[in-house]
Amino acid sequence: MAGRRIVPIGPYHPLQEEPEFFKLVVEGEKVVDIEIHIGYNHRGHEFISPELTYDQVPFLVERICGICSNSHPMAAVMAVEDICNLEIPERAKYLRTIVHELERIHSHLLWVGLAGHFIGYNTVWMWAWKYREHVLEVFEMLVGNRNHYAMNKPGGVRHDLRPEMVKPIRDAMDLVEKKVWMLTKAVLDDPVILSRLEGVGILTRAQALAYSTTGPTSRGSGVPWDVRRDEPHAAYGLVDWNVICFPEGDVLAKTKVRMLEMIESVKIIRQCLDRIPEGPIEARIEEVPPGEGCGRTEAPRGEVFHYMRSDGTNRPLRHKVRAPSYMNIASNKVACVGGTIADAALTLAAVDPCYCCTERMAAFEDGRLKYTWNELLKLSWQKTERVRARMGR
Amino acid sequence: MSKLGLWGLKKSPWVYHLAAAPCNNCDIEILELLTPRYDVERFGVVLVGSPRHADALLVTGVINRKSLPRVLEVYEQAAKPCLVICIGSCTCNTHIFRNSYNVVGPYDKHLPVHAYIPGCPPKPEAMILGVVKALSKL
Amino acid sequence: MREAESKLRERFPEADYHRHNENRLYIRVPRERLTDACRFLHQERGMRLCICTGIDTREGFEVLYHFSDDDSGGLYTLKVVVPKDDPQVDSQAGWFPSTDWIEREMHELLGIDFPGHPDMQPLLTSDTDWNPDWKPLRRDYERRAEKHGR
Ligand code: SF4
Repeated sequence: MAGRRIVPIGPYHPLQEEPEFFKLVVEGEKVVDIEIHIGYNHRGHEFISPELTYDQVPFLVERICGICSNSHPMAAVMAVEDICNLEIPERAKYLRTIVHELERIHSHLLWVGLAGHFIGYNTVWMWAWKYREHVLEVFEMLVGNRNHYAMNKPGGVRHDLRPEMVKPIRDAMDLVEKKVWMLTKAVLDDPVILSRLEGVGILTRAQALAYSTTGPTSRGSGVPWDVRRDEPHAAYGLVDWNVICFPEGDVLAKTKVRMLEMIESVKIIRQCLDRIPEGPIEARIEEVPPGEGCGRTEAPRGEVFHYMRSDGTNRPLRHKVRAPSYMNIASNKVACVGGTIADAALTLAAVDPCYCCTERMAAFEDGRLKYTWNELLKLSWQKTERVRARMGR
Repeated sequence: MSKLGLWGLKKSPWVYHLAAAPCNNCDIEILELLTPRYDVERFGVVLVGSPRHADALLVTGVINRKSLPRVLEVYEQAAKPCLVICIGSCTCNTHIFRNSYNVVGPYDKHLPVHAYIPGCPPKPEAMILGVVKALSKL
Repeated sequence: MREAESKLRERFPEADYHRHNENRLYIRVPRERLTDACRFLHQERGMRLCICTGIDTREGFEVLYHFSDDDSGGLYTLKVVVPKDDPQVDSQAGWFPSTDWIEREMHELLGIDFPGHPDMQPLLTSDTDWNPDWKPLRRDYERRAEKHGR
């Protein structure tokens, strides 16, 4: 077809933390098709996992992705507990919930920052990441590391919450809540940002269902599914919170979902701190019987699903990992098509893709690069400038 | 190396962030360096968008079969002299992924490496220290 | 969850049902009925596909389709077992886009064929440095790294 060109977006670029490779087929400004290549981050977790014991597996799956490094171990140990039909102690449930929600806050802040960067608002980026630091400080106090928390083990958790930690966590939550509201207002009151986000990269409800998307990607498209509510695990059935869902399906809806979810997370953490009972933090697992089990939990990006098969030894026979982005990135196929190139960067980023989870995209298109990611970002920034000039701001 | 080149390398190093197959955490911590808490731009360290502008490559993650040719190509493109600084245990010794079928070994098997910063992930302070040490070695 | 199970038993009496606990149901269906069962769960019951798992067992290759019923919180797993000398499972990717990638992945890592898949290319492995005969998730795959020249 005349005027059809291929735009590889791709290679290594400085600010999205991971490389990625999409081939956009464009006609003029319009994106008519997209090809997605992954595999650059394939490290073979499912292959290594059967070599490790059940106690070691959480350390491996933690290293699938640095942002969801509580969700994956949590789902993995839940799969083990599912095989054993084991109920973990109450206190461990609350502790898991606290760490899980802290992780959600820091991940969403990270996304908000990057999204701000993609449309040329670097202030949003700097601010969001600045307040993210406070969450990381809480982690460092709670588990001893800024990332990779090593919190979960089959049967419970590894680190206890000491009484003197409660106050710093509460303080951090107060601060984060205030700042998230500030960011939300700043972002949603700005007509330029609004016009860049509204109506861009629409994923309809039917498409979300057909591609089985999860997490904020589908909750922004009017599919109110959240594993935390649907299959209450940890302490999610014991505290009071809401599932955030918007029907529009555009990037704005996804942004709103993430912003409001952070507020919900703060709410959950506060309630957990109020209600956490005394008691043991782990149940002992004598042996893992032969059988199969599934564990799933709601990571910041959507449902993390782990399947484990045991043959009665102390190592899993098969361990299947499904990260949310595996499903969500595939939905870019429909969300990007029909938009303009200047919006593509934002749309692709709107699912909060985590290639480390999915495996990895990236490539150098043997010197034939037409647009690098940087140029794409520039296109996006120029569009923001145009919108800004038109609005006289 | 010429004196001028050395001098140019030592002051205000421009770094390029190259991720092979990491778990993302090292990468986030590198970005963290730019944000207000650590703000390495006050030392003149700038993250650049193209390897051609870079004085140092900050590499993260293990190398797998699919990313190896891309990594080598980025190194080809970088202007020499160019430091290669390994960030994270993954880059130093392939870490927990050693036995995987898709991992082709640590970085020093494929590229000349100037500094190793182990840790999973190393703290931002450690990264700054590592870069400073690598530069002062010159 | 119970209601869906009785509907399933009605529609697929030949299948083998195993309930692990309140929220987990494993259903072993014959190979020919897989597409019908998937269509039933996704289109009629509105369930979401979590993922598929391919396993190499003594009996043959098992392919599991995990469906999540998000309204009740149940997890339904369809299981087909195919013999090792004839590893073929009908592809669902034509009508159900979320199975597209995972079928490609099972094809390249485990060597299961999915006749009818629209675009069966390798998904994860390298285009330059990979032998298509290596099937790392099979039991007979040589685990030692030295075998692969590293
Ligand atoms: S060293 Fe650790 S944090 Fe860094 S990429 Fe490897 S696994 Fe991730």
